[in-house]
Amino acid sequence: MPIAIPADSVGLVQPQQLHFDQPLDLACGRRLDNYNLTIETYGTLNADRSNAILICHALSGNHHLAGYHSMDDRKPGWWDSAIGPGKVIDTGRYFVVGLNNLGGCHGSTGPNQINPDTHKPYGPDFPIVTVPDWVESQARLADRLGISQWAAVIGGSLGGMQALQWAIDFPQRLRHCIIIAAAAKLSAQNIAFNEVARQAITRDPQFYDGHYYAENAIPKTGLMLARMVGHITYLSDDGMREKFGRDINSGQLSFGLGPQFQIESYLQYQGERFSTAFDANTYLLMTKALDYFDPAADYGDSLSEAVSGTQCTFKVISFTTDWRFSPERSREIVDALIDARKPVSYAEIDSPQGHDAFLIPIPRYMEVFGACMQQVAAELPPVPESR
Amino acid sequence: MRVDLDIIQSWIRPGTRVLDLGCGDGELLHYLARHRGVEGLGLEIDHDNITACLEAGVNVIEKNIDDGLATLRSASFDVVIMTQALQVMHRPDQIIDEMLRIGKECIITFPNFGHWRARSYLAFRGKMPVSKFLPYTWYNTPNIHFCTFKDFERLCVERNIHILDRTVVDNEHRDRWWLRLWPNMLGEIAIYRITR
Repeated sequence: MPIAIPADSVGLVQPQQLHFDQPLDLACGRRLDNYNLTIETYGTLNADRSNAILICHALSGNHHLAGYHSMDDRKPGWWDSAIGPGKVIDTGRYFVVGLNNLGGCHGSTGPNQINPDTHKPYGPDFPIVTVPDWVESQARLADRLGISQWAAVIGGSLGGMQALQWAIDFPQRLRHCIIIAAAAKLSAQNIAFNEVARQAITRDPQFYDGHYYAENAIPKTGLMLARMVGHITYLSDDGMREKFGRDINSGQLSFGLGPQFQIESYLQYQGERFSTAFDANTYLLMTKALDYFDPAADYGDSLSEAVSGTQCTFKVISFTTDWRFSPERSREIVDALIDARKPVSYAEIDSPQGHDAFLIPIPRYMEVFGACMQQVAAELPPVPESR
Repeated sequence: MRVDLDIIQSWIRPGTRVLDLGCGDGELLHYLARHRGVEGLGLEIDHDNITACLEAGVNVIEKNIDDGLATLRSASFDVVIMTQALQVMHRPDQIIDEMLRIGKECIITFPNFGHWRARSYLAFRGKMPVSKFLPYTWYNTPNIHFCTFKDFERLCVERNIHILDRTVVDNEHRDRWWLRLWPNMLGEIAIYRITR
């Protein structure tokens, strides 16, 4: 809990829930007749609605980008390091919008929400949702907020994939696209790790084929294992060595099967916390959205064909020790954009924090990110002086 | 504007697509975009320069040119430029080949090691030339592949490269008429426009 809210924080914030009545046809062939989206916004929309920025969340993210819901919150929103007054995404200048994607577990329509047709939680009956489905729902959210064109759409990891999809599906509705620690599609290795996580969850005896709500249970062990595996892919070998090494928990090895090394306790702690804070069915859906993402597939596997209709500028950022989505994956996106003659810039940030780096305010990352945002800011009408 | 960049920009037609290898802080590309409607892309490795390019709105890709340019499509740029970086490359000949593959025309500038000051430094002091213009020691320098006007033109003959333009300037990039009398001895910087 913050003793005092930092001066550069957006402070205390509250989400809102918006209801959408217009049916959404999904890529899987099913339809959501109506749905809710939980959103959180920071800053003020300017008179000509030109200063809006959409932030897309990654696998375990949500609408709560920054600030605190109450003084009891242990931590602020997941991207508080980048979003706030005077931060790289300056809420004093932009109207920043975050949402919980469909299928999520933080208030938007998803497996843990009540299906209006059955009056029971959707559970495993919630349809598989894809990145294009999300972007379509986000476009309708933009319509609802009166935003015809985003100043920028920004995301890291799965959020970066959504940003790329925005550029492809709605070329005129964004001026700048910032893609961080992402890829144009998942590799076999990526999918393999996702599958391990899914197996851990679905084979948990407390999973009940996804109907665990009715049994008042949660597949805690499965979620914990999924998170532990995920966590390993988010950290780098060097990072883990530096942070944990072979440090042991207490004095000496006790020749028992329980956790001996600090890394073991750390992973168990992270897994434990996650298992009670995140929904298992949602986790499955999020990994599926990742696996299915492949915009080039509709264009004969040519990403440069896929981006040929885009009209925004692109900024792509990667991190050297990210082995979940390595710099090579970002360079594939950059190469396709150059081939398609699109305006693109690319920076590779030296950092030991692996995939997690995109959430960490590394000095050069903030410098580069800030420089990218200067271009976005340069196009805005001047902020009127406050009286 | 830096004088060499001023000479170069006059060789670039409006509305063309330009690749600048080692684009520095993006000064040239920024000027070209603003005043000649050029679609520019810069490759750069220095962090501060990359930030400067981003702030100026210049498209910049963080890239070590020595790693190769294979992902760039042939003839996808009208002009490929490399200023004061040829002597830094591990394989200048291969880079020139790649530049000529990627661009319809190339503009290359480099310090001329055949300049009388470099020659006399080596001849009379018996040491690798160090000057205000070439300030590095022999053991700690990015400049690993110096050449002269003559060397470069011989390479062009060997590789079937056609020289469209040549400008000879001093170390402040000024174009003095007397330098043209004996470029290899009097010119400090060479500026070439070439094509295949």
